[in-house]
Amino acid sequence: MKRFAELIDALQRTAEPRARVRFLTDYLAGAGDPDRGWALAIVAGALDLPTVTPAQLRALAAERVDPELFAWSHDYVGELAETVALIWPVETPSENAMPALAEVVETLLRSTREEARTHLAGWLDRLDPAGRWALLRLATGGLRAGASARLARDALAAWSDMGIDRIEAVWHGVDPPYAALFAWLDGRAREPDLRNHPSFTPFMLADSLDEASLAGLDPRDYRAEWKWDGLRAQLVYRGGERRLYSRLGDEIASAFPEIGAGIAEDIALDGELLALRSEEPASPEGLRRRLMRSRASAAVVSELPAVLRVYDLLRLGEGDLRALPFAERRARLEDWYRRSPRSSLDLSPLIPFSSWEELRALRAGTRKPGIEGLMLKRADAPYHSGRHAGLWLKWKRDALTADCVLMYAQRGQADAASFYGDLTFGAWRAKTLVPVGKTCLGRGDSALLEIDRWVRGHTVERYGPVREVSPGLVLEIAFEGVAASRRHKSGLTLRSPRVARIRWDKPMEEAETVEALARLAG
Amino acid sequence: MHLAVPKPETWIKSTPAGLYCEPADLYIDPTRKAARAVITHGHSDHARPGHERVLATAATLALMEERYGNRAGRERQALAYGVPLRLGEVTLRLLPAGHVLGSAQVALDYRGSRIVVSGDYKRRRDPTCAGFVPESCDVFVTEATFGLPVFRHPHDRDEIGKLLRSLRLFPERAHLVGVYSLGKCQRLIALLREAGYDAPIYLDAALVPYCAVYERFGVALGQLLPLEEAGREDLAGKIVLSTPGGDDEWLRQFPAPLVAMASGWMLVRERARSWGVELPLVLSDHADWDELNQTLLDVHAPEVWVTHGREEALIRQAARNGIRARALSLAGFTEEGS
Repeated sequence: MKRFAELIDALQRTAEPRARVRFLTDYLAGAGDPDRGWALAIVAGALDLPTVTPAQLRALAAERVDPELFAWSHDYVGELAETVALIWPVETPSENAMPALAEVVETLLRSTREEARTHLAGWLDRLDPAGRWALLRLATGGLRAGASARLARDALAAWSDMGIDRIEAVWHGVDPPYAALFAWLDGRAREPDLRNHPSFTPFMLADSLDEASLAGLDPRDYRAEWKWDGLRAQLVYRGGERRLYSRLGDEIASAFPEIGAGIAEDIALDGELLALRSEEPASPEGLRRRLMRSRASAAVVSELPAVLRVYDLLRLGEGDLRALPFAERRARLEDWYRRSPRSSLDLSPLIPFSSWEELRALRAGTRKPGIEGLMLKRADAPYHSGRHAGLWLKWKRDALTADCVLMYAQRGQADAASFYGDLTFGAWRAKTLVPVGKTCLGRGDSALLEIDRWVRGHTVERYGPVREVSPGLVLEIAFEGVAASRRHKSGLTLRSPRVARIRWDKPMEEAETVEALARLAG
Repeated sequence: MHLAVPKPETWIKSTPAGLYCEPADLYIDPTRKAARAVITHGHSDHARPGHERVLATAATLALMEERYGNRAGRERQALAYGVPLRLGEVTLRLLPAGHVLGSAQVALDYRGSRIVVSGDYKRRRDPTCAGFVPESCDVFVTEATFGLPVFRHPHDRDEIGKLLRSLRLFPERAHLVGVYSLGKCQRLIALLREAGYDAPIYLDAALVPYCAVYERFGVALGQLLPLEEAGREDLAGKIVLSTPGGDDEWLRQFPAPLVAMASGWMLVRERARSWGVELPLVLSDHADWDELNQTLLDVHAPEVWVTHGREEALIRQAARNGIRARALSLAGFTEEGS
């Protein structure tokens, strides 16, 4: 538990992805089975443990600590689990006396909520403050918030030198505490056999098209489709199980129970998950709202409808089709689509064209929400995981721009940690500025230094790490679209915003209005 | 004739200038200029400039001279630990307090009554100063900087271990550790050296003079290099000590800076977060909750006066242990150097 507590502490204190991977890699290098597997599952958010409530925790503390002293301490520390961890009145035990992570996790997995509470007191007596804090975070569900399966897989890849694609391919076929996975990565066993498992195939990715290169490309070698603006997803049905994987290989089927329901043959489809409004693709905000719930009720499904718009077929029946050319896979996909029952699933159409000019005009003419631009795919390309120069090309439509006013700033991350590069900007509603988006500048952004200096000179208030600035600096923000958002006072948020340039010349009164931005929302 | 033992509050009083011992005409750590002052230790909220006659340990006087030059006190008298000094009817002794180099408790005896003013203190071992000596007394005057039961400082070696582990994990990053310039700085260095860390340690200019005083008093600190002479690349994977709160402009001179801080307050996550500290090291030169309560038991004082810090919790806990304790409000003391 001691090493696990150190890991959780370190992960909680830094948001910087590379540092987090390094902490977890270091932990994996030093931990044994099954502790490392449980730790990995906790980091990945793959465990469902009974949750001890704050009231139960308070009652536990009251049995051991003077209530007045506890109340003063809680006031000072601020957080309940942290207060209990610090105040718990026992001598620090030796490391050998501490419970192993496996003992804790395996006991909790077998426990009801009430039993969990009883075990908790015994473990608190056998841990040091850091261990108690990690235990209480685990038992109160506090570690779920920061969980990231991506982090777990990145660290596995870094630690084992196995390559992220191979880790991603097996990740969904193995269960905590991942004995078979570690046996393979340790070199003690063969790669886990996932032939009958609805496992994930890392996605084929597209490069951005350099328009200048079009002249050298023959239109006849390519197929064109719309580039849909949703969430990339892979629907897999195998061995009687349906899985839906997100772009990062996370399993999201329970949030989208209707997608591909009714499919009863082994298949793997690649496509884009789209939110629908009046049966037309809308901005992906609705998808995010559905992803926030672990399970979607029938009401949610009908309130926030979604569809998987499929464009590739990786496997059908026993046949792995990835080595076939795109045109051939496409033909089989269309054939399957015609003859099969399908729920919340449709086909991304091919766009016929004979010249690049024709496509260029199409691309320039569309401003529909749900469409980000065009995709070009070589007709002879096999399906390769990852990025492969020139096989798939994305040709995004030009970004939208709006002049917004800087409102708040806080420090950036990693290299940019000493610069105020994490910016919140707003637009006008009547005479008031309301936030419409956030963006983070990196160390390489030329505007970073100037904005940082400006923020320091114009801070009017501090809220913890956040500085409020006196409004005045206008930023030209480039963005992909506008999404409705309940979390923002403006009711909307700009999608993929970035600072195009600083508009030193522009008076802030002439910045964008929320009303104008709302008209762009899908 | 039998002389009644005087009640403590008749001969030692809390005044706007600080604690005043009337029969000795002596102020303890006065916050205003005094004709005669005894100084418990060299931190600036206890050791102030401009007194007429100053009594302290030789190390405290040296630290004051370093800080104030010729304003350290017109007439300075060094007194070794344990050596009695008569001041009128009062006998004064300085006893080690374990806080920083030269730190002392002030024990005062008057007509059979004894008061010990502990100044700031801690109970755990510190390689840079003499350890606290508990002295039985009628009144014990204590600080309560960490007077809440959540403050139980971890072992020093665990905290030093965290720093060394981070250096191993992030060999490309300069580790900037915020320290109070007097005490924490030197103790951290000494603990690192004990743990076998023998690489040069880089010092911000403000820390250099106090380190020199420590070395003069026999505390070996190993190879220390002035920060301003270091090149940016020299600092990757090295420890740089500075006073806390270097601004961002300053931070940018370092390769991939990792901000650490050595302070008892680092125990509380929110404090570390709001100060922008990525690597908190819980190292304090003050007694933690357990040490405070143990000390009250060790000195067998029927009465305890609690000065600066979080008095109410310590007073309540003392009462639970059968000790009469009350708050003594003294102006002018800060959390500095905690």
